[in-house]
Amino acid sequence: MKKLMLSSLLVSLLAACGSQPTKEAAKAPAPKAAATAQTKAVAVNPLNDPNNILSHRSVYYAFDKSIVKDEYKPMIKAHSEYLVGHASAKVQLQGNCDERGSREYNLALGQRRADSVKQLMEAAGVPAAQVSTVSYGSEKPRAAGHNEEAWAQNRRTDIVYQSE
Amino acid sequence: MKEWRKQSALKFNGPRRGHDGNDMKKFASWVVFLFCVLCRPAVAALSIEIVGGGENQIPIAVVPFESDAPGVSSVIAADLARCGMFKMIDPGSDQTHDIAQVSFPGWKAKGADALVIGGIYPAAGGQFEVRFRLLDVAKQVQLAGFSYTVSKDQFRQTAHRIADVIYQQMTGDQGVFSTKIAYIMKRAKRFELQVADADGYGAQAVVSVASPIISPAWSPDGTKIAYVSFEQGKAVVYVQDLLSGRRHIVANYRGSNSAPAWSPDGKDIAFTLSRDGHSRIHIVNEAGGNPRLVEASPGISTEPSFSPDGQQIIFTSDRGGSPQIYRIAVAGGPAERLTFEGNYNVSPHYSPDGKSFIYLERNSGHFNVAEQDFATGQSQLLTDGDLDQSPTFAPNGKLILYASIYNGRGILAIVSTDGRIKQRLTMQSGDIREPAWGPFVK
Repeated sequence: MKKLMLSSLLVSLLAACGSQPTKEAAKAPAPKAAATAQTKAVAVNPLNDPNNILSHRSVYYAFDKSIVKDEYKPMIKAHSEYLVGHASAKVQLQGNCDERGSREYNLALGQRRADSVKQLMEAAGVPAAQVSTVSYGSEKPRAAGHNEEAWAQNRRTDIVYQSE
Repeated sequence: MKEWRKQSALKFNGPRRGHDGNDMKKFASWVVFLFCVLCRPAVAALSIEIVGGGENQIPIAVVPFESDAPGVSSVIAADLARCGMFKMIDPGSDQTHDIAQVSFPGWKAKGADALVIGGIYPAAGGQFEVRFRLLDVAKQVQLAGFSYTVSKDQFRQTAHRIADVIYQQMTGDQGVFSTKIAYIMKRAKRFELQVADADGYGAQAVVSVASPIISPAWSPDGTKIAYVSFEQGKAVVYVQDLLSGRRHIVANYRGSNSAPAWSPDGKDIAFTLSRDGHSRIHIVNEAGGNPRLVEASPGISTEPSFSPDGQQIIFTSDRGGSPQIYRIAVAGGPAERLTFEGNYNVSPHYSPDGKSFIYLERNSGHFNVAEQDFATGQSQLLTDGDLDQSPTFAPNGKLILYASIYNGRGILAIVSTDGRIKQRLTMQSGDIREPAWGPFVK
């Protein structure tokens, strides 16, 4: 139940995700409708296709943990394969924490969360040059509330494709 | 900082011939609650509200000073009232300024143990003389008395200095009325590092950017503040010179650079780097140079805090599986674990006397400030909010300033080390967080 809520949250949040530097993640599915009206030969960028696992960009964590749960591994594997197949594509992994506790400890924990995804990607063969990491600690929360619903959204690593 | 031009002690050798006092304005007495700030423009006011008082308060009366248009005695009274150590006795319509006119039995009948009288008088060169006496009502003697020659923009400073003298005389501890506090204010998408007087007055923005700022840390001499800013898209450590307004980067290595802490001699800064794949504590000379790794620790190590003798650092580490407080010699060596209760103990700060440390603990889902004694290992819980954070000691070791959430907004709060005195610091708009109490003013 929680996974279903999270997934639908993800998709709706992606459209609202204005703070991400890359433009790709912010695009809504509208172009797809236009494409269908013209001709079915226009391919949709798999990174933007809401039906494609690649449009999922966030890994979520338990409090004070940086372990990547199994449910996110297929997504990370898909991004890894994409990166291996597109040598010019680069991602920045952005680690985040919820607001509680120490901001400095959260900065370190956010770094470890980003690193946890990077390790999986490199193990899947992604060259190190295509993956960078940064931690925002608890300084750039996506959800503003002081409750578990907001905190759960903020404990995450975002996979952000860098436009060249 | 302006120098004190002249300070002389006022002696009391017995009754003197009285003189006619000048006519003066009569002031409303002292402010106790919600001391709201008339501040310089461009920065919102920081208000301090008293939420809890101390035990065994000393009853004291502050008679409005003679010809006190600047309101010096009001600031003195507000300082004494706010600090929680005094019970303010209403001076009523009393206008005594001269010690020869003091009716000690009258003040004793009002319940006062101590009395403060004084006045402001013109001096040469457009300056002013501020005089005060602190008197023991029961013994009918003077406890302290000074005269200061100041310029007109030094009245508040002088009032705080007088309050410090009174506080020290009556409690035995050094007062912190003349100190400053730094904190981060977030409003809309803007972040400011602000510095205000300890009573909230005169908040000024030292840094104003559109990226988050965290971890302000005062240099021991109070002339600089180190902090972490995300202006470059990652955590970078800066040092801001408060006198010149200039800043320089202390550390911008690969990964995050954060958690700056000054050594007590002001020469070094300990901080956290993640450049080698782990968050680890390093020390660098404040002027620059290569950072020295203190310990090749496993897991996360961060939030260093120097002991007053500069030999030890306490810090946060999760090497044992959960974040706890550890201690290590600055020169390096084995780290000693200090906290053993609960699974989340972070943000340690040495007390000024080196005998204890404050930290943040998670208990029953709440995040609260606690203090632990080094010798006994005993710890005492000091706050009871849900989301307290970032505790910092006042330089006299008697008060702790920290961040909290109140009515959904970021505020600061003060608690005394015995847990009794409580204050709340709020701004009309915006969230405030990440406080750092400045050092004693020299």
